[in-house]
Amino acid sequence: MPTVTKLPELTALRAAELLRAGEISSVELTRAVLERIDAHDNKIHAYLHVTTERALENAARADEQLRDARRTGDHAGSPLRGVPMSIKDVISTRNVVTTAGSRILENFLPVYNATVIEKLQNAGALLIGKTNPDEFAMGSSTENSGYGVTRNPWDLERVPGGSSGGSAAAMAADEGIFALGTDTGGSVRQPASLTSTVGLRPSYGRVSRWGVIAFASSLDQVGPMTKDVRDAALILSIIAGHDAHDSTTVNAPVPNYLNALELAGTIHESPLRGVRVGVPREYFVEGMARAVETTIRAAISHLESLGAEIHEVSLPHTAYALPTYYILAPAEASANLARYDGVKYGPRADVPGDVWDVMRATRGQGFGPEVKRRIMLGTYALSTGYYDAYYLKAQKVRTLIKRDFDQAFDQVDVLVSAASPTPAFRIGEKSDDPLQMYLADVFTLAQALAGIPAMSIPAGFSDGLPIGLQLMARAFEEEKMLRVAYAYEQTTDWHKRKPKLV
Amino acid sequence: MSLTHAQVSHIADLAKLELTDIEIERMTQQLAAILEYAERLNELDTDAIPPTASVIPNQNVMRADVVTPSLTREQVLQNAPDTDAAHEFFRVRAILED
Repeated sequence: MPTVTKLPELTALRAAELLRAGEISSVELTRAVLERIDAHDNKIHAYLHVTTERALENAARADEQLRDARRTGDHAGSPLRGVPMSIKDVISTRNVVTTAGSRILENFLPVYNATVIEKLQNAGALLIGKTNPDEFAMGSSTENSGYGVTRNPWDLERVPGGSSGGSAAAMAADEGIFALGTDTGGSVRQPASLTSTVGLRPSYGRVSRWGVIAFASSLDQVGPMTKDVRDAALILSIIAGHDAHDSTTVNAPVPNYLNALELAGTIHESPLRGVRVGVPREYFVEGMARAVETTIRAAISHLESLGAEIHEVSLPHTAYALPTYYILAPAEASANLARYDGVKYGPRADVPGDVWDVMRATRGQGFGPEVKRRIMLGTYALSTGYYDAYYLKAQKVRTLIKRDFDQAFDQVDVLVSAASPTPAFRIGEKSDDPLQMYLADVFTLAQALAGIPAMSIPAGFSDGLPIGLQLMARAFEEEKMLRVAYAYEQTTDWHKRKPKLV
Repeated sequence: MSLTHAQVSHIADLAKLELTDIEIERMTQQLAAILEYAERLNELDTDAIPPTASVIPNQNVMRADVVTPSLTREQVLQNAPDTDAAHEFFRVRAILED
């Protein structure tokens, strides 16, 4: 039995096993995580809101259910019974304040749960807190939150990445067991890379966005943020699937992603024999830190030593992903964020004038600088006279980017690259130059535009700062990507390293 | 790529976003830089390329035309900054002239 101080380090899978076996209780586990948050979150600020009382009540209830289940021997349908979860604050949680990191949603109380929350609660998980995002998930550093920055547990002077930086920091600091993030252009993978955690963006259409505060609807996905690959597989199996409330979810069977890993795990020698791994040459570019390139090359050699066939491939339109994304995503955002008008929810500006004056002032006061910038950019790109030149043009280039991946996956099973061109940067380093900040996403935008699954896993360190390996697969072929990730993880120990927190 | 103060001010008006003069000034430069960057898309000939609005096939999703439970009026209004005294509707400043 693990000692009490080690409880927050547990993965979801291991915690659930210990809970089922009765070796630990949910109240013990939840209390231990809450104590960990108490001890460290004043420095890290991973959480906007910790649901202490509710979590402990739910943990006590889970303990009763676990006792009943042990008596009857029936644990079916509750793989996460009693396991705490940390949820990015852009995901609606019924009667628990949900702000999307924005002042314009200060004190907003959702009246329903997001589908992913319902699914996780049905699986037995309990909410322990809401994690800090960049405002409306717009950013790559979590500096754009309206409620303060989150710090990287590996170096408190540096960013944890973004926009799911709170979830990533919570995982890295063991201030939680598992988390959810959202990924519109890299917001799950880039922070995972910067914090030595696992972040998985599912295929577009794999996971419901019902109840997830919208940023760019043709790109937004919810994904697991975890301490290892098996947890990512487990959580994905639970949250995936068709939802009548989200017409973009695809009605395709959900594999048991965890079983897919266990099968791969039984082959010990050359676990990747016959797996074709593509290395896109366009992902080794100027501006990439040398340490990142060295780390990724070493990871590729490691995959080869596990039996994988390595193929160089080309994704010729890679360099156009960034300008394409920064037209399309703001355009969609400008439409989605039109709903924040100070009428239905959020604070309303107290100014003289008519209904339009009040609305303009409410939005001017409620949105932060990056959100305003993207609303402006998107409004411009969609305005009369510019629509064809920017928005339509970008949609056409999106087709080319998607075709690049279609062709590459005719030759290989998975693609690998860095998830971020640099390790974690310093707080404030890029905040005055939006274009420099956008370049932090340079390796994670194309997959989102193409709708394919991708994930980042721990792959090394440079001067004590984590570096992540990104894996990508064809849409709805998450298993292939997960198997390669698992084989890599099981034969390396990067994921076992923990930041030293004082 | 260059933008004028007046253009940016017009866009802010379309977006119903109150910006200070300083914000408009800064935004004028930043938007111009981003749009200039975006102009590299013009290096590509896309005349014969169809646009992608969504990566999944677009199809109408139909359901039976039956009434299902929805949010109560109380739930819908619970986050509103202002409602009428009986909590029956959202309240805003006058929209119509009298």
